[in-house]
Amino acid sequence: MVALTINGQSHNIDVDPTTPLLWVIREQAGLTGTKYGCGIAQCGACTVHIDGVATRSCSLPVSDAAGKKIVTIEGLADNGKLTKVQQAWVEHDVPQCGYCQCGMIMAVSALLAEMPKPTDKDIDDTITNICRCGTFQQVRAAIHAAANA
Amino acid sequence: MNFVPKMNRRSFLTTSAAAGGGLALSLTLPFLGPDIVRAADGSPEVNAWVVIRPDDTVVIRIARSEMGQGTLTGLAQLVAEELECDWSKVTTEYPTPATNVARKRIWGDYSTGGSRGIRTSHEYVRKGGAAARIMLVQAAAEGWKVPVSECTVSKGVITHKASNRTATYGSVAEAAAKIEPPKDIPLKDPKTWTIAGKPLKRLDTVDKTTGKMMYGMDVKLPGMLCAAIKDCPVFGNKLASYDDSKVKSMKGVRHVLKVGETAVAVVADTWWQAKVALDALPVTWTEGPNNKVSSETIAAWLKEGLDADQAFVGNEAGNAKEAIAKAHKKVEAVYAYPYQNHAPMEPMNATAVWTPDKCEVWTGTQNGEAALAVALEASGLPVTKCDVHKLMLGGGFGRRGRSDYVSQAVLIAKQIPGTPVKLIWSREEDMLHGTYHPIMQAKLTGALDEKGNLTGLHFRLSGQSILAAVFPANLQNGKDPLTFQGLSPSGEQAFGYDIPNLLIDHSMRNPHVPPGFWRGVNINQNTIFMECFMDELALAAGKDPLEFRRSVMGKYPKNLAVLNAVAEKIGWGTPAPKGVYRGLAQVKAFDSYVAGAAEISVDSGNKIKVHRIVAATDPGYAVNPAQIHRQVAGSFVYGLSALFYQEITIKDGRVVEENFDTYNSMRISEMPEVESIVVPSGGFWGGVGEPTIAVAAPAVLNAYFAATGKRIRSFPLKNHDISMA
Ligand code: FES
Ligand code: FES
Repeated sequence: MVALTINGQSHNIDVDPTTPLLWVIREQAGLTGTKYGCGIAQCGACTVHIDGVATRSCSLPVSDAAGKKIVTIEGLADNGKLTKVQQAWVEHDVPQCGYCQCGMIMAVSALLAEMPKPTDKDIDDTITNICRCGTFQQVRAAIHAAANA
Repeated sequence: MNFVPKMNRRSFLTTSAAAGGGLALSLTLPFLGPDIVRAADGSPEVNAWVVIRPDDTVVIRIARSEMGQGTLTGLAQLVAEELECDWSKVTTEYPTPATNVARKRIWGDYSTGGSRGIRTSHEYVRKGGAAARIMLVQAAAEGWKVPVSECTVSKGVITHKASNRTATYGSVAEAAAKIEPPKDIPLKDPKTWTIAGKPLKRLDTVDKTTGKMMYGMDVKLPGMLCAAIKDCPVFGNKLASYDDSKVKSMKGVRHVLKVGETAVAVVADTWWQAKVALDALPVTWTEGPNNKVSSETIAAWLKEGLDADQAFVGNEAGNAKEAIAKAHKKVEAVYAYPYQNHAPMEPMNATAVWTPDKCEVWTGTQNGEAALAVALEASGLPVTKCDVHKLMLGGGFGRRGRSDYVSQAVLIAKQIPGTPVKLIWSREEDMLHGTYHPIMQAKLTGALDEKGNLTGLHFRLSGQSILAAVFPANLQNGKDPLTFQGLSPSGEQAFGYDIPNLLIDHSMRNPHVPPGFWRGVNINQNTIFMECFMDELALAAGKDPLEFRRSVMGKYPKNLAVLNAVAEKIGWGTPAPKGVYRGLAQVKAFDSYVAGAAEISVDSGNKIKVHRIVAATDPGYAVNPAQIHRQVAGSFVYGLSALFYQEITIKDGRVVEENFDTYNSMRISEMPEVESIVVPSGGFWGGVGEPTIAVAAPAVLNAYFAATGKRIRSFPLKNHDISMA
């Protein structure tokens, strides 16, 4: 049994403690906004916040997340009200296929929490998610827009 | 999530494309008159393309697949334009492939590739919208007993001015659905468009920012199990044996199954359990001659083809060999382009449930009908008992045009009747079982006269044919016409230079690695070869690369127009900022004319910073300029990732690169500023998802030569220790 707090809800999950947090979020907690892309911490599609820190959940054993505050993409919006990052994403029509975007938004949300007005260099240094559709130009514009919202 | 496994003649199984959720729901509504075809919620179909709900919501049917390229929105814009509906009330849905078959392919072709989504269906979808509008207006006029000609329509509201009456589409849809469809359906002049042609926002964005969007990966069905699979890593070999005693007792594991002749799957309660057990499963494979194939043996075989006697001629004028023999100056260069994997963000997956009476599949596919055909074959059931529900694709790029993963899912589900099974490929499986960008080498030999005019060109390709592997019936006496994309004498992939003595031919060499359509397909390497060589020729002729091209483009004004557009915008002929160098390229592909110009700087000889890329696209008509800009920018991420980083190598008959650590993809820090110019000249319909991908690489390579004097002729650039800064 692993005790997890995801988006403010407690779960007691009967799972092998070495299972990556990503798969527990997707399969046991049933929250499928967090995506599987590579499983080796390369792409960022699986990014969630653990105690506020953007973390690639595919490479973290679930036992390491026990007792910590986990936030997934589903936990960002407050009662259906999109965060300013999500709003900027909608405003700039960022997603193409969208598969990477939940991870991208989680990474960006953590960046803005730490650095409310990131420079282009800050963005380059921090946001290392892969987007195979190539939405980076819109991502950058949306980050600046969210920072200035 | 509901699904109703029986299909009724009047019921209409759909998956909601825009909402991405709410899987198939079928209703039979016998009390609602016999003649109206109804959507799942009972709303009337005005025609196959348009359903109108009583609350005036307009549901537009989309046959092609959305995979990020914006086709869903663009097609809806075209229907809505002719329908004259209120765009804010538009939603979309995918009719299922089996419904299309049952209704005699009323929605036409489902395949979504070759940048064809809009350009090959614009006419019939617009007619669908226009016919529905005519019927809705007629229904209102008949209701009011006034002539149709006295009625006007705007944003889904029909007005009879003389009597000061209005009716919304929702209020007359039932009546309209009973009206005989019009025979004569005039379409609007694109110049008068108010919805199409406009940079509207996509229809599917919000759910992609909240985690709600449903991809194949996210399907959940009651009682569902999950499967992980290993297919024989050496293409062409088979599964020999496996020892399931080692894994059967592992937690969650339910079944270990043979899948076809080549693969083994573990089925468990969760996918992670299945994957862990599969990794622990002892498996052996058969061996054969393919075990001896490597990148080196393939390269050597292709190299022979560069001078082989036998070759298929793709384009010929005058006498190239003679012109070369007589040349004042002869220029020769050999290029090589590697295998590449699509690597869409979402690995392949499909969910299937099979009983002797029904087989249903949920998946992301670029071709719903092909997926259905594969499901039929694997299930052993007739088309009346099979269907495929299309979900959002986490990228396609050509990979999801092939339905091998659907076949596997059905073959697994068939062994566990009544239990839904979700098959997910690991990223490693996805990398090892791609349909790879074909491998190709080229030798180009050019002839220049005393004045530096290009008098002849022999362009010999040597390498793999996609059609030979995928659609052998489409070969023309053995020749693969697709190999000549961007180099053909005419048509949607026409060569854009007038060279008096020309020979473009192909020595076909088909290694055992399965090739496939990879975003841009053969224009990627062909444009690199041709456009880099044009710069090599210009150098030998002592001419400016732009001037040199212009000298042989007199017969190609549309190619020239986009080339001039990028040259002007990048500032060609004016001084670049210090340390910045420029390159350019042009091609016609997928019926669009495109050109690109790059500005780069180079640090320490091998770190390339791509500052700017200017791209021009003439797609004839631009259905959504904002989405075209996004496709152009995205195509450069795809194309430059390939140029700098991506190569699939073969060792002992199998693929070496298994994940993004060895098969890298560009990040935001490497992204250049893309300035996209859309210059629709009208009169034709070109694609936009793919064409510009071809011009980024040669523009950057030509700029790299300008910066360093080094001409790179084999790819990716990481093999030359060159990276992106
Ligand atoms: S799935 Fe975790 S980083 Fe790619
Ligand atoms: S939007 Fe498709 S991978 Fe990023």
